[in-house]
Amino acid sequence: MDREKRNHLIRVFVAIALVYGLVAVLEFTLRPTSIIFTVLRKGAIYSLVAVSMNLLNGFTGLFSLGQAGFMLLGAYTYAILTMPTAVKESERVYRYYDALIHFDTGVLAGLIAAGLIAAVFAFFIGLPVLRLKSDYLAIATLGFAEIIRAVCQWDVLGPLTNGANLLREFKDLSRITLPFSDIPFPPTLFVFIVVGICILLIVLLINSSYGRAFKAIRDDETAAEAMGINLFRHKELSFVISSFFAGISGALLAMFQYTVQAQQFRTVLTYEILLIVVIGGIGSISGSCIASFLYIALSEWWLRGLDMGTFLGINAPDLFRSGFRRLVFSVIIMIIVLFFSRGIMGDKELSYERVRSFFKGRIHRKENAR
Amino acid sequence: MKTLLSLEHVTMQFGGVVAVNDLSMHVDEGEIIALIGPNGAGKTTAFNCITGVYEPTNGRISFDGSPIIVNHPAGKMKRLYGGLEHDMFANEKVLSPTPDEITKLGIARTFQNIRLFKSMNVFDNVLTAMHLRLKSNVFSSVLRIGYKEERAMRAETEKLLKEQGLWNHRDDKATSLPYGYQRRLEIARALATRPRLLLLDEPAAGMNPQETLELAAFIREIKEKYNLTVLMIEHHMDLVMGISDRVYVLDFGSLIAEGTPEEIQSNQRVIDAYLGVAEDV
Repeated sequence: MDREKRNHLIRVFVAIALVYGLVAVLEFTLRPTSIIFTVLRKGAIYSLVAVSMNLLNGFTGLFSLGQAGFMLLGAYTYAILTMPTAVKESERVYRYYDALIHFDTGVLAGLIAAGLIAAVFAFFIGLPVLRLKSDYLAIATLGFAEIIRAVCQWDVLGPLTNGANLLREFKDLSRITLPFSDIPFPPTLFVFIVVGICILLIVLLINSSYGRAFKAIRDDETAAEAMGINLFRHKELSFVISSFFAGISGALLAMFQYTVQAQQFRTVLTYEILLIVVIGGIGSISGSCIASFLYIALSEWWLRGLDMGTFLGINAPDLFRSGFRRLVFSVIIMIIVLFFSRGIMGDKELSYERVRSFFKGRIHRKENAR
Repeated sequence: MKTLLSLEHVTMQFGGVVAVNDLSMHVDEGEIIALIGPNGAGKTTAFNCITGVYEPTNGRISFDGSPIIVNHPAGKMKRLYGGLEHDMFANEKVLSPTPDEITKLGIARTFQNIRLFKSMNVFDNVLTAMHLRLKSNVFSSVLRIGYKEERAMRAETEKLLKEQGLWNHRDDKATSLPYGYQRRLEIARALATRPRLLLLDEPAAGMNPQETLELAAFIREIKEKYNLTVLMIEHHMDLVMGISDRVYVLDFGSLIAEGTPEEIQSNQRVIDAYLGVAEDV
């Protein structure tokens, strides 16, 4: 039993090390403008939000749709904090307002602050909202996310958020350096490291006693309460932690996009994440990660040709024009949701045994066919 | 003997329906008490009042000498109230703890229709019930700083499962167990909260006579082993008459009889409640 566990852990670590090694190798060999980096970075960032949403929807059984709002809080916090003071005061960004904050922080402090601000908001939003159940909770959180976005664009907050205008020139992915030096740090690797640490923490949480309490609440609220688990406290805890990581991923998204604007954090973003969680399998961390990379690769890369005129060698500019990609994409998603309704992974995790049996099954079937 | 649990004039009213009416009873330390009555008599409602699932409309429930639940009709209920002892607790402080607080005091329960944690295996089901005693906070729990505590919890789960004969099933999904084992697991899970009072809601439901006999022995055994006091709702008269020290009988929400199994068996009102009264002219 214990040996099996150790072997399993070793395999997981080797697999993760391989992924990070591969990212580092790509980073030093390919052109930095390669589409692969876009997919890897955005995929990793979406993985983190998807996993944080899965913690709430999949492991605690709370159907919440506030993710975009907490990402927005994280993105704005990060951008405002890490924008160099000189930029803030030079009217290059805050053209119509006098910037309120006259200091700037480093990348790591910015990321942590982004998570904390999102978590603090989640705490206060959770107080009234988490007393609601199922659909009502979804509606209320969705409403709060929209309110946060609207308030962010409010003129009165202009000195802080720059109103409805862009925030830019903060410490984005092109400006990451090794600590205490000017040597640039490979940006994709940076995203992977931050996301990796965050997901590791979530996995540790899910496998701790608190994680078991979350799962108990998901399985049966009445029984969980009868076993001495305080429903409200644990729901609030899950909500705050989930929002903390959503805040960090929002900050990463801001770094990835080089600019921040409240417009980017519409409800559509939450639905995208929800879709990834459902496709990956509700209650599966590895499923969420796989699904987000697939989703981003499809939408940003593999189906690009559908908008550009040429797809799979077929040149049909009349059919393959702007917007056609969305159509095909929607059909693919509908097929997935209809025929794989439990998602890619169900509520299981990816493991060596599952991969092996999957391929073994393939080979057997082929042999049988012969 | 010391009284462990006592109910004084407990009334539970839903709208105009009085589900439990002026119920007073007491459970002494070390006793096995049965609560019986025809369907819809209010037995489970009484359980739900004791465990904090419902807030009783009127009355006081004390555990180990101190009141844990107190309420009196207020607001709209003042007008609607159809029970007895209207003003008895009007001047007392209202106490309405949530079920988890009740469990922390040392009252554990099982459910009429088994409620296990479906997605978890047998081991985790019991392990989860120990979460209420966890002292480390979420940070040290996530970073595995307080792993000693987790290890102690796992050791205790192992011990409990071995004692309950469930150890061989530890990796099975809880819902894939045979019915009798699921019942047993539910009791084991309740024991994991280290209760002093165990409330069993129809533990023999769906069991054949042989299994019921085994259950009776099992309840007696855990009672001795864990120093428990047991209050159970039951329909199987063999079980009730076989192991209970005293029996309370409810009908239409009111207590109609109380006494030893022998007294209850010969009580005319109980027989009437169960068999119906002949409408002779």
